[in-house]
Amino acid sequence: MSAVTPQTQRAMLRTMQTIRRFEERASEDFHAGRIHGVVHCYIGEEAVAVGVCAALTDEDRIISTHRGHGHCIAKGADLDRMMAELYGRETGYCKGKGGSMHIADFRIGMLGANGIVAGGIAIITGAGLAAQLDGKGRVAVGFFGDGASNAGPFHESLNIAACWKLPVIYVCENNLWAVNTPASASVSVRDVADRAAGYGMPGVVVDGNDVLAVHEAAAAAVTRARAGEGPTLIECKTYRHRRHTERPDQPDDRPDEEVRTWLARDPIARLKDHLGRQQGQLGEAEWQAMDAEIRAAVEAAVAFAEASPVPPPEAALQDVFAD
Amino acid sequence: MRTITYGAAIMEAVAEEMRRDPKTFHLSTDAPGPLLAEFGPERVRATPITESALTGMAIGAAGSGYRPIVDWRLVTFSFVAMDQVVNQAAKIHYMFGGQARFPILFRTTVGGGTRRAAQHSQSPYSMFMNLAGLKMALPSTPRDVKGLIKTAIRDDNPVIVFEAGRLAAQQGEVPDGDVTIPLGVADVKREGRDVTVVALAWLVHEALAAAQRLAAEGISVEVVDPRSLVPMDADAIRASVRKTGRLVVADEAGATAGASAEIVALVTEHPQTFAALQAPPERVCALPVPIPYAPSLEDHVFPDRERIAAAVRRVVAGEGRGDARRTTTGG
Repeated sequence: MSAVTPQTQRAMLRTMQTIRRFEERASEDFHAGRIHGVVHCYIGEEAVAVGVCAALTDEDRIISTHRGHGHCIAKGADLDRMMAELYGRETGYCKGKGGSMHIADFRIGMLGANGIVAGGIAIITGAGLAAQLDGKGRVAVGFFGDGASNAGPFHESLNIAACWKLPVIYVCENNLWAVNTPASASVSVRDVADRAAGYGMPGVVVDGNDVLAVHEAAAAAVTRARAGEGPTLIECKTYRHRRHTERPDQPDDRPDEEVRTWLARDPIARLKDHLGRQQGQLGEAEWQAMDAEIRAAVEAAVAFAEASPVPPPEAALQDVFAD
Repeated sequence: MRTITYGAAIMEAVAEEMRRDPKTFHLSTDAPGPLLAEFGPERVRATPITESALTGMAIGAAGSGYRPIVDWRLVTFSFVAMDQVVNQAAKIHYMFGGQARFPILFRTTVGGGTRRAAQHSQSPYSMFMNLAGLKMALPSTPRDVKGLIKTAIRDDNPVIVFEAGRLAAQQGEVPDGDVTIPLGVADVKREGRDVTVVALAWLVHEALAAAQRLAAEGISVEVVDPRSLVPMDADAIRASVRKTGRLVVADEAGATAGASAEIVALVTEHPQTFAALQAPPERVCALPVPIPYAPSLEDHVFPDRERIAAAVRRVVAGEGRGDARRTTTGG
């Protein structure tokens, strides 16, 4: 299935389960009123962020979407500071100014979640231009959804990246629904990846719930980008297990049968089965221990957030401009 | 001192800063010839006609350690990039808690008088002023535009420099060497005693012409050029009004929620300055219509030296016109 070592697969599994547990806790805390505004859970799509980011180094840059927690964790963000941001605390990544949709960590090349659909695609293309000007073989990865692939910045950015052979990997997380509009009713082609042909770049479709398949496609695109051969569009077919947002008034028009089908394709269960049952590299006890460590790390993040001070009101006036 | 045009001063400023800092580069839908010749296509990039993408790309490059210079050309085209300006550039430093810097110069041309009709004759700076997170300047002379562009390129924030299209060929003195002008510092372009005219861009020159005419009538006009819109030099404007006791604001943009309204408000909401007013302030702005094509129509819509002079006379006589937003000129 893949040349990825069992050790690396275990690391991928750990990161995917970390995203899952973090999101479960974020959802719980949102419904309990401890997290404000809005939370978009990444549960079900973990294989995309983890498979792609496993092909990157700290020097490479990514940009995310409104559903951004998974990309942050996959790129190596600190759970404590993430949770503190969700809690609106001074120790959060954005000092409590951003919240769920704006977590960023520029030191690890995470250029931010973004609350505007397609808003990040041009920005990451600029990071790709910076990488090209740097000449150090860095790449830039833009994550976005099927809905964003219908928006102008997607098309403008793919065109310019192809013209200039920018080292950018465009990763479409096609979870089949743009809020409550099905991709079948809003995307004019069968596969989003078909759109790559219009811009003269490779377009690849992968099973977005198979982390090893995602990783293989991403690694090939990264190799191509680092070699100066230009951008790639990767479409990962996946599904969100939950509604568009956690807000209680958020409708969910997805058919029950479709949801059930995709729940049975859980990317974490799949890797766990592959690693354990098929390769004999993960015993149940080891899995339970890994999960217990992850739960403890998420609890520690919550404790860190709860113990952190709320920002003083006058801090609202800081950071409008850099000094 | 040597004399060069407003347009040449802009190119000098950009070229000098690109020589000074290898992290600068220029993005526009058309590469300026002299810049391209000196710095090459790597740093002077002609993009596809995609203002949204190139604006977003500047943000991404700035967040990755570069100092991009974006020329939107006519401000009209910035509207195509409005998501990137409003939702991204203006907010990105703040909403990420100040963890990264986004040094970007956005160059763009404003104003009318070029017979290019509604879509190509706009002065929408107040739309941008309404956003927190963007600095902006509106220079009126070759020296000011050179100094403010150089400062804007060195600033660690997104800065929009609105270039006055009508002034491209205007000649003015520009010293040799490294001319920089700080953002947020107004310039008194002419000193006077009786009335303060705060004028923007092209209307600075119209106000100076009006002041000369009014001097012959015994009215001493002080012309204040804010030069920067954000931050606005409220202290200098208020000090001038406290001295003269009267205010006229001249802006090529419309009056409604405009920069002119902001200037009047910062004068009237300040107790000591309000107390010094001897007459209601008056605004001289474009009439509230899209800009028409035919010269007879366009010239009727924009304010000029005659309307400024008429407003000054009314303010001196204590006869306020009442409402700059109405569709008659009152001149």
